[in-house]
Amino acid sequence: MANGIRDKVAILGMGCCKFGERWDCGPEHLMVEAFEECLADAGIDRSEIQAAWYGQCYDELGTGKGAPGLAIALRLPYIPVTRVENYCATGTEAFRGAVYAVASGACDIALAQGVEKLKDTGYGGLPIIDSVNSGALGGQTLPNISAPGAFAQLASAYRAKHNVNYEDLKRAIAHVSVKSHANGVKNPKAHLRKPVSIEQVMGAPIIADPLGLFDCCGVSDGSACAIVTTPEIAKSLGKTDLISVKALQLAVSNGEEQGYKDWDGSYFATTRHASARAYEEAGIKDPRKEISMFEVHDCFSITEFVTYEDLGISPRGGGIKDVMDGFYDADGQMPCQIDGGLKCFGHPIGASGLRMIYEMYLQLLGRAGERQLKDPRIGLTHNLGGFPFANVNAISIIGKYE
Amino acid sequence: MVGITSFGGYIPRFRLNRGVIYGANAWIAPGTIGAARGEKAIANWDEDSITMAVEAARDCISGMDKSKIDAAYMASVNFPFEDRQNAGIFSTALNLEENIESADFTASLRAGVSAMLAGVNAVKGGDYKNVLVAAGDRRITKMAYMHELWAGDGAAAVLIGDEDVVAEFKGSSSVTVDFPDHYRGDNEKYDYNWEERWIRDEGIATIVPKALKGLFEKTGLSGKDVSKFVMPCVFGRVAAKMAGQFEIPAEVVANNLHDVCGDTGSAHPLVMLVNALEEAKPGDKIVMVSFSNGCTAVLFEVTDNISKMKDKRGIKGSLAIRKEEQNYLKYLTHRGMLEQDLTMRTETNWRTAISALYRHRKQILGMVGGKCSKCGTVQYPKAEYCVNPECNAYDSQEEHEFANEPGEIMSYTADLLTFSMDPPAHYGMITFANGGRGMFDFTDYEMGKIDTGMPIEMVFRIRNIDKTRNFTQYSWKAKPIITQEEA
Repeated sequence: MANGIRDKVAILGMGCCKFGERWDCGPEHLMVEAFEECLADAGIDRSEIQAAWYGQCYDELGTGKGAPGLAIALRLPYIPVTRVENYCATGTEAFRGAVYAVASGACDIALAQGVEKLKDTGYGGLPIIDSVNSGALGGQTLPNISAPGAFAQLASAYRAKHNVNYEDLKRAIAHVSVKSHANGVKNPKAHLRKPVSIEQVMGAPIIADPLGLFDCCGVSDGSACAIVTTPEIAKSLGKTDLISVKALQLAVSNGEEQGYKDWDGSYFATTRHASARAYEEAGIKDPRKEISMFEVHDCFSITEFVTYEDLGISPRGGGIKDVMDGFYDADGQMPCQIDGGLKCFGHPIGASGLRMIYEMYLQLLGRAGERQLKDPRIGLTHNLGGFPFANVNAISIIGKYE
Repeated sequence: MVGITSFGGYIPRFRLNRGVIYGANAWIAPGTIGAARGEKAIANWDEDSITMAVEAARDCISGMDKSKIDAAYMASVNFPFEDRQNAGIFSTALNLEENIESADFTASLRAGVSAMLAGVNAVKGGDYKNVLVAAGDRRITKMAYMHELWAGDGAAAVLIGDEDVVAEFKGSSSVTVDFPDHYRGDNEKYDYNWEERWIRDEGIATIVPKALKGLFEKTGLSGKDVSKFVMPCVFGRVAAKMAGQFEIPAEVVANNLHDVCGDTGSAHPLVMLVNALEEAKPGDKIVMVSFSNGCTAVLFEVTDNISKMKDKRGIKGSLAIRKEEQNYLKYLTHRGMLEQDLTMRTETNWRTAISALYRHRKQILGMVGGKCSKCGTVQYPKAEYCVNPECNAYDSQEEHEFANEPGEIMSYTADLLTFSMDPPAHYGMITFANGGRGMFDFTDYEMGKIDTGMPIEMVFRIRNIDKTRNFTQYSWKAKPIITQEEA
């Protein structure tokens, strides 16, 4: 029986560029900006990196297919580089590759970097995956689904399941966005740094019913990265306050949600599976008490909302109460999206999973500036890609190495 | 005895008030006021001649054993494909057996009746027992003039056979004359029309009587005994005049449905025939006439079996389900007659992997899924491994047809971001009563009246048209069940 990843790998350094509409930057600029910070934090030379995992989702944009995009931008010295893509969970997937490589002993020091340059698309929202880029059948069998349209359906099914009226759920998810905007104001690297009111959120133009403009995350350019090694090597390099990986889990839909009878459309089956395994791997019994803070994949406010319950933090059907009680606010018991989340930090797809880990890492080391939380020990990130009915769910838990 | 053994009809739900058309065009075509009354049926953006014919055929053959159908004929003068058998798409959508004959009938407004006669002759010849015949037309006319006011969209279907005949075929008479009252050259979008007075006086008035005379001589029928005279004609009183020449009583001349539907082209003789059959009594003698490049006249005699016909939606039922469309620009846009800025989001590659479409034709065009022979789980699509996690049996599934399964909405949205010809795009997860589910587009819905748990029926529609390659992609969509007339 495998004994999991807990405490086998430490984070030697991390970096994250300023997210936003970086009209003057290509993916290479964004990657170098994050990498420079990461390398300085790790205190090593780039020649010490033995392997790299490169996450980029949309090869229609950015650097195209393959791994040379990263190797060329960073001038990596002919080391193994692997490009990974797993929908919006791509960033965590890159991190998983690097962490597993170190844990296996195949290499001592590895890099995980994610990037997405979205603002060369020419229109708002994500690039359209056309019938040629969604498999031979994808463009023939599904409706012309947009991301907000896919996730908005969670709201209709959640209302049906928990007998919640439209207004009450709309107000609760509006609070989710208001909270993230308030947090984003305090983050100099965030894309969106303006507070919004409940009334503004609820009155905004509808994108996909019931989601309005402020229920949708920013479409941003950005990059984030991590250099990982073993705790022993980290110590030998002079690091003291170590942050280690406690759990890394992935759960992927197998067609049951969209084909069998059990799923009711109001939750993520994958999140429930992945988080249960992650808690076991990390030795967490009661996540509501033991986790200090978390970053979830708030591509849309409703996604964050149902995820509170899928992670077992809010009781099933209890999300509205926790949200309205301010449980997840910056000054609440369990702050969520303390960096502004996808909503305000932004969502450059391939970078997002690593950006979430970056914030947990800063918080654990007490480096989060104006938004620093008091004595966090354990941080969880939830990085999701795909549609509610077919998705990739990645959970990572990091914490102080004790 | 050979004749019609079942029938069905379909008129699209949306109706464009002719006053709206006239109002927009009176400045340039004031003379059209004479035809500017009532309303015309207009196909939704995702309907074409095939999809409407499929709906009419589903109405016609509902509850029947489809394996008994030997041939499927489809007629239209507005087929989406010039070379790819449209009847083949039609029969795949209906999930008919593959070992049947099929054919397209086109290039004349008489095509609907020609297809029906071919069916009659095939059954009379003895090779076939049952021939499904459907005609559908989504009519394209230029803006402003009479043809736009006259034309309507719709479809009808009849099953021709020799058992349980409800309307016996008693005979037909045809005249073939190259009378090009209108024509459409190769690669042209619109018809070119000659003067109406010439069509009426030199065409209809001289050619139709020849066919009718032949029919009366052949069958020995007297005009006085005709119970219903079915003759599509956009010119007022011309059908009555033809009837009068043969002593057919004025009161049996069928209404041409101008006020409620418009002339559905090659489908209209069958649309009017089905409309007549819906109120026919045993013993009724129905004469139908189809004029175009000559004329064909047919006599049917209704049998006692008419009283055993199950309730059909038919033409009358379709006409009762109506929704008025007030937006003329939307209508024109849906016909591809206006060039709008559809934004950069539509600049995408819509190419269909045709080999994959063929491989999955039953799933995509026929709405066929699977049923696990081990655990009984009904699922869509049919897959190598059963979707039930307690089973996951390999290669265990039989085909299971979903088209007629009752379903309901599990989740939905109204999406304003994604491109749609009728925004906001409504779609969601549909669950079926006997198992199985899927994410489907919605169509013909009432905005603001969608909710979870709402019952739906599945309909065959256009998914998308790849304009770069002029390829129409079809899919099944969920249509909220609408049973009564809506304002």
